[in-house]
Amino acid sequence: MAMVQRKPPLAASIDPTAAPASQPVLTVDGVTLQYKTPDHLVTATYRVGFDIHPADRLVLLGPSGCGKSTLLKAIAGFLKPVEGSISLKGEPVTGPGPDRMMVFQEFDQLLPWKSVRENVAFPMLENRVPRAEAEARALDAIAKVNLTKFVDVYPHMLSGGMKQRVAIARAMAMRPDVLLMDEPYAALDALTRRKMQEELLQLWEDVRFTLIFVTHSIEEAVLVGSRVVVLSPHPGQVRAELNCHHLDVRHQDGPEFQLLTRRISQMLFEDKSVGH
Amino acid sequence: MVEITMTEISVKLTPPIRPEGEYDVTPPGTLGDVAKPLSLLERLANTTSVRRGLILVGIAVVWQAYATWLSNPLSFPTFTETLSALRDGIASGVIPQRLWVTLQTLVMGYAIGLVIAAVFTSLAVTTRLGTDLLSTLTAMFNPLPAIALLPLALLWFGLGRPSLVFVIIHSVLWAVALNMHSGFLSVSETLRMAGRTFGLSGFRFVRKILIPAAFPAILAGLKIGWAFAWRTLIAAELVFGVSSGQGGLGWYIFENRNTLDTAAVFAGLLTVMAVGLFVEGVIFRAIEARTVRRWGMQRG
Repeated sequence: MAMVQRKPPLAASIDPTAAPASQPVLTVDGVTLQYKTPDHLVTATYRVGFDIHPADRLVLLGPSGCGKSTLLKAIAGFLKPVEGSISLKGEPVTGPGPDRMMVFQEFDQLLPWKSVRENVAFPMLENRVPRAEAEARALDAIAKVNLTKFVDVYPHMLSGGMKQRVAIARAMAMRPDVLLMDEPYAALDALTRRKMQEELLQLWEDVRFTLIFVTHSIEEAVLVGSRVVVLSPHPGQVRAELNCHHLDVRHQDGPEFQLLTRRISQMLFEDKSVGH
Repeated sequence: MVEITMTEISVKLTPPIRPEGEYDVTPPGTLGDVAKPLSLLERLANTTSVRRGLILVGIAVVWQAYATWLSNPLSFPTFTETLSALRDGIASGVIPQRLWVTLQTLVMGYAIGLVIAAVFTSLAVTTRLGTDLLSTLTAMFNPLPAIALLPLALLWFGLGRPSLVFVIIHSVLWAVALNMHSGFLSVSETLRMAGRTFGLSGFRFVRKILIPAAFPAILAGLKIGWAFAWRTLIAAELVFGVSSGQGGLGWYIFENRNTLDTAAVFAGLLTVMAVGLFVEGVIFRAIEARTVRRWGMQRG
């Protein structure tokens, strides 16, 4: 489509004379990711680059198989880029760690042998947060996701949405530099998903954490994100970087929201038809 | 004919359009009892111990009736005769003392077996060579009946407790190691990744994530190991009996068979079963209730 303009990729280093408003927390620079299946070497992403600034809600959006989850795993430290670099506050990412807590799509990410309170406190206790402080922070985070009534319940007694809330509380209580979410609402029913999206935005209003959120839903991307990185189909490359910080639940039926979602779906659709 | 019905089906059906409606819903409070307690009989029938107790009573009644009808105490004593033999055995202190000897041997062998199994399994989850070692050894030794090793054990360790402990270790080790290992392998990738984002690695990762996550399988291994060990021990004691004047329960059974005191043989067997039931029904059930059932990893 002629009206879609390709933006130049962001420079990894920021010109100090330009007096930037903030330094990026996390920089992804020219990252190519490959993984092995029993009989193929698959390239998941090709030279992907973007920056995340404090309090960004960056959404990685793309069709399934575009490598967005693989990219998030690389940011979490589970995968090493074959080309390019990922750095957190200027330090290269070498492995998984509690400075990049992750919320997974699967409900079994909670430890079944620990109650809600113990689950949320566990990562803090394992990282030398004093017990009293860890308990207090855990209760605070549980209150923020509206689960105070369930602090002493074991995960198997919670619904899917509640489990995801606990996982979010657990990640937030750790106060990571970046919060990573890998399609956290994909396995939820539509009503619960909508509620959780609104809750997440409310949480962000309160806490102002830095978020990287992976999804394949265009509506969810525009709703949850302040900035959307659109990835092209396999292998994933940055197709567009779009701002949507001004659009939230209240605008969902408005023309601007509709225009943006249509623009993104055209990008994805057009790329798909080229690919096949 | 068939073709005609086919065309009839393919005629497009349209549902009738009916009026819409919105209704008031009765509030749950005014509906009467939503939940009602069960009757005493129903609650008793839902209690596992009551149901199982009834089965035991049934078996005792059948036994008593059959033995009375048979009327041959030399080959099949009645339930009451067995009970009185058991009472005499306990009162004279012979059965408790024999039981104590057996349990000491058992606990020793079981504990050593578990430690070796834990070492093997830790090696197997951390290194590929360890995995190969464990699966090869398990494939070789697991099918080998522990009793078959007894003659060899006697040759190596002589008549006495070390031989028994050796045989018990063999019977526990492979079953437990196999279960532990498959338990570790079945821990979900999500849980592993979650553990690693918390900054856990190496031994801490095994202890804080893998072991509790694999606990249902580990517990199953412990139960199988226990059953194997108990069985093996009694059989081994029967085969080679007394060691340094200190016989166990198996020896008690063997001894009384030689003197044709069949009621006492039955009393010994009953003790073997009672210990088995106690360990299964009390110790392991308690562990299960506090762990895997509480965590929702196993239905109870």
